[in-house]
Amino acid sequence: MSVLVVAEHNGKALAPATLNTVTAASKIGDVAVLVAGKDCGAAAQAATRVAGVKAVLVADADAYAHALAEPLANLVIALVDRFSHVLFPATTFGKNVAPRVAALRDVSQVSDIVEVVDAETFVRPIYAGNALATVRSSDLLKIVTVRATAFPKAEAEGGNAAIETIQPCPDPGLSRFVGAALTRSERPELTAARVIVSGGRGMQSGDNFKLLDAIADRLNAAVGASRAAVDAGFVPNDFQVGQTGKIVAPELYIAVGISGAIQHLAGMKDSKVIVAINKDEEAPIFQVADYGIVGDLFKILPDLAAALDKAKAQD
Amino acid sequence: MKILVAVKRVIDANVKARVRSDKTGVETANVKMAMNPFCEIAVEEALRIKERGQATEIVVVSAGPQATQETIRQALAMGADRGIHIAHDQPLEPLAVAKLLTAVAKRETPDLIILGKQAIDDDCNQTGQMLAALLGWPQGTFASKVEPGEGEVTVTREVDGGLETVALKLPAVVTTDLRLNEPRYASLPNIMKAKKKPIDALTPAALEVDVAPRLTVLKVEEPPKRKAGVKLADASELVARLKSEAGVI
Repeated sequence: MSVLVVAEHNGKALAPATLNTVTAASKIGDVAVLVAGKDCGAAAQAATRVAGVKAVLVADADAYAHALAEPLANLVIALVDRFSHVLFPATTFGKNVAPRVAALRDVSQVSDIVEVVDAETFVRPIYAGNALATVRSSDLLKIVTVRATAFPKAEAEGGNAAIETIQPCPDPGLSRFVGAALTRSERPELTAARVIVSGGRGMQSGDNFKLLDAIADRLNAAVGASRAAVDAGFVPNDFQVGQTGKIVAPELYIAVGISGAIQHLAGMKDSKVIVAINKDEEAPIFQVADYGIVGDLFKILPDLAAALDKAKAQD
Repeated sequence: MKILVAVKRVIDANVKARVRSDKTGVETANVKMAMNPFCEIAVEEALRIKERGQATEIVVVSAGPQATQETIRQALAMGADRGIHIAHDQPLEPLAVAKLLTAVAKRETPDLIILGKQAIDDDCNQTGQMLAALLGWPQGTFASKVEPGEGEVTVTREVDGGLETVALKLPAVVTTDLRLNEPRYASLPNIMKAKKKPIDALTPAALEVDVAPRLTVLKVEEPPKRKAGVKLADASELVARLKSEAGVI
């Protein structure tokens, strides 16, 4: 089996989810990584050093500068005959491009896998993670997206793959990148953070998220939110953890003022340790939380900040 | 401009899906069904474009068993002009749906097709992208803003790092994300009016589309359950437990 991993990257470095996808690919066969972009030499070099990667294919052209689905899918199509599988991270990047490749090759894609059973059998969550389906693909070529939190990251160092330069395909010219407004934050990214502090509707306002920032600062944590908090306009959508937002599995997840709708649990229930702070002791979030505090978050959060400071002082 | 909107009938978002005891799937008998929430957003967006005077007709299409017509009626009650029902009793994979929609798009020749970004039953997030690919059209997925212009549509996309804006040549496919709009409720007069709006009946055979599944579902199981933990008195106890017991801080 030979597996192509389509890398998500920013030209300089690989996105963390690419490393998780390499691990999933390694369970199937020999791994090659495609790095398509503009001036993406550094990201390609990084890919050569990833443990387990046998080859790195690099396509450097203007058309790939912003990972637009139309030119990128055509490029992948031109390469797939050499592979039995094509894997993408199940990020907005991979979710955008993979189905386009699958349809052009008449393949039924397997989305968001959490386990590789064998080369043609995969486990994937359905119904917001309320069920796990084991599915077998009868297509000769397998197109798969990989849930990053379900696989450990491949080691970023230790590999020594050769680079192969790929000729870019003609740009179909269907779409044009206009601009991006990316959230700038000093904090770790939600999907890569070791600790996440999330707020829900119980936070009452976007301003009150400062109380979560105070906790996040002390734990070097990312700040997330439930869909309810996003819908209420407290924070932008890229904070959203859940079925339709980001899927996370940090070592510690602190849910504050979040009731625990199934759509939210779908995005965080694989976290190692879950803490819930909510004034409603019947809130479903307590059914999945390892530690819960029933009470007023506006009193508990300052107490928590103080307790963290005290604990640190004792170290 | 003519807009085609594809919608899906799914288990209501507020109902917790239950795995069948024989592990063949999720129980759908006697379960409340509804339009997939992202599809409602797609219908709403089409209506708003028409209300701004930028579209002349909205056609709603869905594939599934007879009861799917109720979902199409709901879209008609929201304000869509007419419906197309592709009757099929077995589950359809996104690739098959994309092929059916491709056949419909070739008949209807819309300028814009709007779909939800994913269905909350199979959580696949594939159909819109596949449809765009099969038609050879550009795609604007996970849209939080859709602005049709001259020969182009500008789409702001919700991406992992924030927002991204792309311009797509028309005709194009757009898939909706949560914040695009808040779908309206159908008023009683409009529900009555919708009963008189036409729904064309089609089948995969009539559209000459092979919808045979490519994936075999070997089993469907409940995920391992987390156990409820302990309730603590205050923040100091929490920090102590996280430090000594859980070892995560």
